[in-house]
Amino acid sequence: MGDVKSTQSTDTSAVARSTADEVARRSYGKLIAYLASRTRDVAGAEDALSEAFASALADWPKNGCPASPEAWLLTAARRKMIDASRRQRTGALAADELRILADLEIAGAAHELPDDRLALLFVCSHPAIDSAVRAPLMLQVVLGLDAATIASAFLVSPVSMGQRLVRAKNKIRQAGIPFRIPEREQLAERLEAVLDAIYAAFAEGWTDPAGTDAARRDLSQEALFLGRLVTELLPDEPEALGLQALMLYAESRRLARRDSRGEYVPLAQQDCSLWDVPMIEQAEAFLVRAGELITRSTHSIGRYQLEAALQSAHAHRTRSGLNNWDAVVQLYDGLLAASQSPVVAINRALAVAQLHGPEAGLSEIRKLQADARLTEYQPYWAAVAELLAKTGAREEASKAYEIAIGLERDPAVRRFLQRKSEHL
Amino acid sequence: MKYLLTLYTAEAGWAQMTAEEKQQGMAAYMAFTEALKQSGAFLAADRLQPISTATTVRVANGKTQVLNGPYADSKEQLGGYFLIDVADLDAALSWAARCPAASHGVVEVRPLWAM
Repeated sequence: MGDVKSTQSTDTSAVARSTADEVARRSYGKLIAYLASRTRDVAGAEDALSEAFASALADWPKNGCPASPEAWLLTAARRKMIDASRRQRTGALAADELRILADLEIAGAAHELPDDRLALLFVCSHPAIDSAVRAPLMLQVVLGLDAATIASAFLVSPVSMGQRLVRAKNKIRQAGIPFRIPEREQLAERLEAVLDAIYAAFAEGWTDPAGTDAARRDLSQEALFLGRLVTELLPDEPEALGLQALMLYAESRRLARRDSRGEYVPLAQQDCSLWDVPMIEQAEAFLVRAGELITRSTHSIGRYQLEAALQSAHAHRTRSGLNNWDAVVQLYDGLLAASQSPVVAINRALAVAQLHGPEAGLSEIRKLQADARLTEYQPYWAAVAELLAKTGAREEASKAYEIAIGLERDPAVRRFLQRKSEHL
Repeated sequence: MKYLLTLYTAEAGWAQMTAEEKQQGMAAYMAFTEALKQSGAFLAADRLQPISTATTVRVANGKTQVLNGPYADSKEQLGGYFLIDVADLDAALSWAARCPAASHGVVEVRPLWAM
């Protein structure tokens, strides 16, 4: 008898847990956005929701999973926010907050829950929030990642990441950052900050190309999820589509970036049969849609669309073997005009070298020498080294390789550069 | 929410302006104040006398130190403030951007403690 009972309770616990996990995956950001948008208290909403999940795991095995788990969790979380508000606040402030919480309407079904996640993304990337903490904040608040996971992906100590997140959430509440989608005239600028934060999260995941570090590998997936969310909620913003295309192009090559021994493989030598073709097709579709929007509107083409177009050109050349370096240089010209980024200028110089020879590439890259930001930038030194090597200046090339190797943190890329240097 | 906009500008600049420019400058602040009042956001505002009039007081170890001059010696000085009541930070920031001081100095926006 006892055995049967315990099996039953394990079953109901397992069902409760899997339902809770499913809701967390599906609705975490929506629930936080809904709870926080009225009170602006993100930390309070997170605490309340986490307590509500704990209550659910105690209650659901006994009483069965509710028909609408979202509504159940929201009701429980609201009660916990009311309790917290009574404990922590006094006077008019408490009265205000309690009135707001009491007025929260709780819809029955998950699909009836208003989706305030976009407003939450704009809050997380508000100009009043330190730009370095925007991506971590989004990952925590919208997706529910814990501070330790985020900290390890961003190579920061968990304690200091935790402190930065707490400070940011305090600022949201105390400074009164509004939970809403910015007005038309501000939208482009503010959206850029949202997209930059998503791309920063993606790039952190991307620095672990082998995908051995689970926290980082997942970050690329999370960034793709956020990017898709923005394209769904703001379907007519070409830059959002451009970013999604860019991330998908990069992601499609993940498997090809390392060979069977874990060694780094540069784009030109990648085995394109390892590329994820359906993902490349998705990326193309996003880029085409962005292009259609651009031609129909007064928007000018943005940085992410140009970068995605470059990815598309590189992918096309590698798969077809057709030379398209003049188109690539033209795209880099556009990107350079839009961004003034020295990183773009380096890549442009390499493309110029493909088109007009290494001397031409070198003379382009030498124009960047004055930029102090580049003295500690590995790709700059690797590019200089490669072009010098092609012109036969072996001694200078070797020195440049040495600096590049010294600046690289990924051992596989370091070994790749070492091999290039040895073969001079 | 209530926000204090503190205005930091280079006093020296004002001294170098012609009478006509000063007139224009004053008119810009008057217009800004009027717009704030129209919208119902205005609570209070004042302009401060130049920093040459400032005196700083600090009590340390039971001794009162009185020093001539402003607390912070910087390129731009606190020259005045606006106290406003608006819905949220974005509204406060858009008022700060319209404040003439934002174009020839800096405007700091800070929420007040809600009591």
